[in-house]
Amino acid sequence: MKLNELSIKQAVEGLKSKKFSSVDLLKACLGQIKAKDKSLNAFITVTEKEALGQAKRSDNLISQKADLPLLGIPISLKDLYLTKGIKTTAASNVLKDYIPQYDATVVSKLKNAGAVLIGKVNCDAWAHGSSGENSDFGPTKNPWNEEYVPGGSSSGSAVSVAANMCIAATGTDTGGSIRHPASFCNVVGLKPTYGRVSRYGIVAMASSLDSIGHFTKTVEDSAIFLNVTAGKDQMDSTTPDTKVDNYLEDLNRGVKDLRIGIPKEYFMEGLDPRIKERIEKAIKLYEKNGAKIVDISLPHSKYAIACYYIIQPSEVSSNLARYDGIRYGNTRPHFGDEAKRRIMLGTFTLSAGYYDAYYKKAMKVRTLIMQDFDKAFAKVDVILTPVSPTLPWKIEEKVNDPLGMYLSDIFTVTANLAGIPGLAIPAGFINGLPIGFQILGPRFSEKTLFRVGNFFERNYKSGL
Amino acid sequence: MKGIIRVDYKPVIGLEAHIELKTKSKMFCNCSADYFGKAPNSHTCPVCLGLPGALPVSNQKAIEWCLMIGLALNCKVRNFSKFDRKNYFYPDLPKGYQISQYDIPFSEAGEIKLKNNKTIRITRVHMEEDTGKLLHLNEDSTLIDFNRSGVPLVEIVTEPDFESSEDVNEFLKKLQLMVRYLGVSNADMEKGEMRLEPNISLKFSTSNQLPSYKVEIKNINSFRFAEKAINYELKRQAELLKSGETPAQETRGWDEKKQKTVSQRQKEEAHDYRYFPEPDIPPFTFDEKYIRELSAQIPELPDAKIQRFQKQYSLPYYDAEILTREKELANSYEEVAKIGNTKGINPKQIANYIINKKVDPINFEPAKIIDEILKGKTEEINESELDNILDKVIMDNTKAVEDFKAGKEQALMFLIGQVIKMAGRKLDSNLIREEIKEKIK
Repeated sequence: MKLNELSIKQAVEGLKSKKFSSVDLLKACLGQIKAKDKSLNAFITVTEKEALGQAKRSDNLISQKADLPLLGIPISLKDLYLTKGIKTTAASNVLKDYIPQYDATVVSKLKNAGAVLIGKVNCDAWAHGSSGENSDFGPTKNPWNEEYVPGGSSSGSAVSVAANMCIAATGTDTGGSIRHPASFCNVVGLKPTYGRVSRYGIVAMASSLDSIGHFTKTVEDSAIFLNVTAGKDQMDSTTPDTKVDNYLEDLNRGVKDLRIGIPKEYFMEGLDPRIKERIEKAIKLYEKNGAKIVDISLPHSKYAIACYYIIQPSEVSSNLARYDGIRYGNTRPHFGDEAKRRIMLGTFTLSAGYYDAYYKKAMKVRTLIMQDFDKAFAKVDVILTPVSPTLPWKIEEKVNDPLGMYLSDIFTVTANLAGIPGLAIPAGFINGLPIGFQILGPRFSEKTLFRVGNFFERNYKSGL
Repeated sequence: MKGIIRVDYKPVIGLEAHIELKTKSKMFCNCSADYFGKAPNSHTCPVCLGLPGALPVSNQKAIEWCLMIGLALNCKVRNFSKFDRKNYFYPDLPKGYQISQYDIPFSEAGEIKLKNNKTIRITRVHMEEDTGKLLHLNEDSTLIDFNRSGVPLVEIVTEPDFESSEDVNEFLKKLQLMVRYLGVSNADMEKGEMRLEPNISLKFSTSNQLPSYKVEIKNINSFRFAEKAINYELKRQAELLKSGETPAQETRGWDEKKQKTVSQRQKEEAHDYRYFPEPDIPPFTFDEKYIRELSAQIPELPDAKIQRFQKQYSLPYYDAEILTREKELANSYEEVAKIGNTKGINPKQIANYIINKKVDPINFEPAKIIDEILKGKTEEINESELDNILDKVIMDNTKAVEDFKAGKEQALMFLIGQVIKMAGRKLDSNLIREEIKEKIK
């Protein structure tokens, strides 16, 4: 196994036992970037020099027996995460030359945990998109078949992990932007509970929906990562005091007697039958191992996309107002079509006379969707659903069909509207393209999600 | 006398006042809120510069103070409240929106009474953030200073209950004194710590309806300007109305050089701020217990203090009002009065002394003041004795009496001297002055 293919767990063990150094590990990742990224286009900025410095420092610390959870581990950052002194573009020409004066809270936490930050990765500009094609720096390609999209908006994050150009990556999930590309790229993607991880220093898309999560190669790595990033931040008033669990604690508890809800609304028409069949096999695997499968209903799910496409553009239109051409060097015509579309939509839905009919009504629907989940979680511990209704599509297939593109988020936006966590788990391939499912839980139930996800990851190869 | 109809107009004036709080830090970040005269952009951070990714965290003290202002204005505090985003473009607004409050202000529906017993209803008192400051250098360059960006700002809106510039002035002075008493703002208009935008219109004095237009006045940075601008505007509008024109709905600015208001912006109603709840700050709940605790923290306010001084120290309104213009002065007075009480000096004498000598309210020594009053203490004289002396002096000095009546103040001083001389004692010259005036009126 090449060093860059290791998981966080394996790499940390290898580093501690001095099998290899952090510099070796970083060089393996940099080598892979050099070999692959010309065609995959996952990175906007590779911070080779800074990363080498951090890797050397890590090796020093390792020799002093320092014990940090991510010591010496190369991690890539979605280019929405502000990095002091390092260009942060949000994959938009508007910020193409922007060098931040400060680090996002998560960036500081990763640095303090010993991570080696290898670079800033591509995404749909301002995180607007489900395919990665909306980047002003060119589309990122799916490493499993470069004719296909990797999913979005955290396209570069998913690809950098899936193509072993780093060991883990950060992302943001406003309507599925982590789970979606994770499932298209065969990696594990976590969208934590809203507020579990600080948003401070991450370019805002839709503030009431943005969740700060990550991509890893295994569920266990996802838990290790959340152990570092989770918690109250004085700089973000939407992070509550709620106790942070040790997310590794229940990893191997199995699924006996666990109640898994299957919402019928997520398995109806529109879902690719091949994906449906694969997920049903996964459900069987859980059932065979002692989980209780419960049919449930989330009746307001059908309004979720409509509701999401009112609230999200409304907040987007306000959040993008600061890029007014006075600061940051580039004027408003530098915004791409999708950003302009959302600014116009949001400006319209917030306008006097329309606010009640759109924004206010959408907020009421949002409450109903939350209540759907509350009722469901009174009966079940977790809910299992598909991530995407379709397999990855070919690059450019949907670029002229924004509505079709919006609908690819149909199973993911509900978790953002409700503020609950979701974990996307790879479930193998169909015609050489990855598929995945997601496990949703009540607010702050990430520990349970890791337990359910880890069980599948350890058992599915024999089970499916 | 056929055909003459006298048209009477009545002013309809409402106020929007902004008060900057003197909290240590800004409304949503830890930068110092003390921006006046500081090097440009030296009090800034990612939050008040509105940098990408920055998030607001509310200043609890500022919210508490905003609630106290509401309570002091007899408003009702909401049990549930929130911040909203007010979206608009202006170069001094780095986020492209101002964090303010829209449909659920912290407090509302208060009132305050003026001297003439008129009630001014307070619509709402809400919390927001100040903007940066633009410095126009010349035609093609403008500088921005963000030191003021994010300074806590309380907005007070009244109903259109004012009928004259005097009413407005009295209200503003009351408001200024009130926030100074609360210790939440210096409310210095010259420094922009207190700003006001009156909206002015005229209606037929017989009409019960509000006029169809209103004119908002900006650029008012002193009480004097406020009075002048309002009076000018009332006159301008009355002339327009008399000539059969309805004044335009617009924003005008007071031009001190030209001594008039000038049109700045028309069609105010076209503004659409696209308000929506600020998603970065969770909403607030204020329970009754908390509101009671806050109310208990509110010190005795000027109106109550004036009344108490009148009663407790038998002072005329005039004295009580002067003594309460500054909280420190009022406190000093009470301290001296307490000591005076043990030495047989009555509170009125102390009030006279403090008012006449313009005692420094902060650096003063009560004991010293008492000593000085004792030194200058006048002797008593009974009424009939004084009466006799007064009659005599007035009769013997007809020339001086005539001179005084003709406006010569000197003549009065001479008469007072004559009375004291005749009495052969050290008498209170203020008392004699009043008595003489009374006699020769």
